[in-house]
Amino acid sequence: MARVQPNFWGFKNRRKRVRKVLTLILLCLLALVFILPFYWSVVASLSSLADVYASPPRLWPSTLSVGNYKAAMTVLPFHLFIFNSFYISLFSVTGQVLCASLAGFGFARMRFRGRDAWFVVLLATMMLPAQVTMIPHYQIFRALGWLDSFKPLIVPCFLGGAQGAFYIFLMRQFFKTIPVELEEAARIDGCSSFRIYWDIMLPLAMPAVAAVAVLGFIQHWQDLMRPLIYLSSHELFPVSLGLNMFQSMHGGRPQYMLAASNLTLIPILVAFFAAQKYFVEGITLTGLKG
Amino acid sequence: MISAQARHRCRVQLQGYLFIAPWLLGFFAFVAGPMLFSVLLGFYQWNGITPFDASHASFVGLDNYGRMFRHDPLFWKSLWNTLYYAGFSVPLGICVSLLLAVLLNVKVRGIAFFRTAYYIPHVVGGVATIMMWSWVFNPDFGGLNLILHKTGIVALGQWAIDTVPGVKTFLDNHNIAWPPLWLADAFWAKPAIIIMSIWGAGAGMLIYLAGLNAIPKHLYEVAEIDGAGRVRQFFAITIPMLTPTIFFHLVMNIIGSFQVFSQAYLMTGGGPDNATLFYVLYLYQKAFQHFEMGYASALAWVLFAIIMMLTLLVIRSSRLWVYYEGEKN
Repeated sequence: MARVQPNFWGFKNRRKRVRKVLTLILLCLLALVFILPFYWSVVASLSSLADVYASPPRLWPSTLSVGNYKAAMTVLPFHLFIFNSFYISLFSVTGQVLCASLAGFGFARMRFRGRDAWFVVLLATMMLPAQVTMIPHYQIFRALGWLDSFKPLIVPCFLGGAQGAFYIFLMRQFFKTIPVELEEAARIDGCSSFRIYWDIMLPLAMPAVAAVAVLGFIQHWQDLMRPLIYLSSHELFPVSLGLNMFQSMHGGRPQYMLAASNLTLIPILVAFFAAQKYFVEGITLTGLKG
Repeated sequence: MISAQARHRCRVQLQGYLFIAPWLLGFFAFVAGPMLFSVLLGFYQWNGITPFDASHASFVGLDNYGRMFRHDPLFWKSLWNTLYYAGFSVPLGICVSLLLAVLLNVKVRGIAFFRTAYYIPHVVGGVATIMMWSWVFNPDFGGLNLILHKTGIVALGQWAIDTVPGVKTFLDNHNIAWPPLWLADAFWAKPAIIIMSIWGAGAGMLIYLAGLNAIPKHLYEVAEIDGAGRVRQFFAITIPMLTPTIFFHLVMNIIGSFQVFSQAYLMTGGGPDNATLFYVLYLYQKAFQHFEMGYASALAWVLFAIIMMLTLLVIRSSRLWVYYEGEKN
């Protein structure tokens, strides 16, 4: 400390401090910019119609009430949409985790002919825009009689569909980081490959599993295109389609719509904050965004 | 007789394939097979509802592609809109996420808060945030124009229109409204959607933060001894060392930006005056609203070709600007 002190107001240190303060101010301003849309949305969802359509617009509402949230839940069966979204996400994520961890383990730890070639194929499928296979997918599920059900949304997840290649890649990258010695010891003890995967590797890969689960949950919760194509009955709608319906039916009452859309953000925020660590880990592991 | 060793080897092979079997099955059923079918469909005219046979689907050869390039102004319009969107949102997105990452790469208490604040928009992005933004963009009651008014930007613009010669005629000739009408205006709708995409730049920020952490500290120490200032260090060390990350982010962003759909579908439906009719939205309309499955398949392959060409272009150019350590001898 004593050696630092004389330099405290020195030229170099002062410049450093000024820079730090300026950075902090800039960080705060930027954070404000990023958070403002949320703020407006929350305020508008708690405001009365008169405040929402006040001219000139007001920065603060005159009264706040949760009435819009109650109204939003009752004008459309929003609890049903939320249930549907949970249902779809839960099963889809289960499929994604199983498929991604199995294939990820296979690509990372098993030795078989053609493995590297198939891995290149896997990476190549990540580059393929979903629109190329969208129409054939629709025809496949129509032929199977699966239209207007959750099956077209869920079943492909068990088979590496719906961004599954990305999750396989993520799991493979993680399995690669686990020391080989553990596996070799188990093999000498006579463990089968499946036992090694299930009893040893999978528990060790829980951070990656959590990353896949939370990324997958958010992906399915927000999915618009696939539900739009496959679902037509209102009682099967997930929140994305429910909000769209809300907008076309109650567009003149933005406070309801914003209340409804804020509600659908809650599960995502909970999932994100619960697994933030793994989330960030998954992204830095693959260098890819979700 | 097969030796025990050979049998063991065979079993290991089979086990490997068993692990990747679900994906492999999905690859043939949902990727390879559909790709072939989609190529085929591109040569047919078919509504996608009647059976795919000789009496309901007619082979038209390359007509779908000919129609697209020669007789479909909406194809060109949607392609232009998408290029406009990608041309702004990709470079701006890279700059903003790089800026955020560099700012966050300092040792300040509470840095985790800022990281989360910048990252949250990307995490929650989806239908709900699109609804949120459609309110923010409301020209009369939304927050964005309120800010533009309060900060005097609207007044400043108005002053420029009134005093600088030529500005008013230019705006009138191009039908550009001031203050911006955002989604309700053919000129401002695309910038509005670009602004929204920049708001989600937090995803890139995380990738750059990881890249920044991987830069060896001694490079900066040496540069400081040599008398290089902060700015010089940024351009001589940080940027070159980050070029592999930028390259990767650029490729992923190009692919993603060409698939822009939800914002336009939910907020504008492609309007006003087709200003936000993006390529994938047009493809969706052709396939699932006009039931021209053959034409839509052809559209999908042209999209694929465009994305591939751009990606290859970036990869080819990477030799000129991406720095890989250990490459030089």
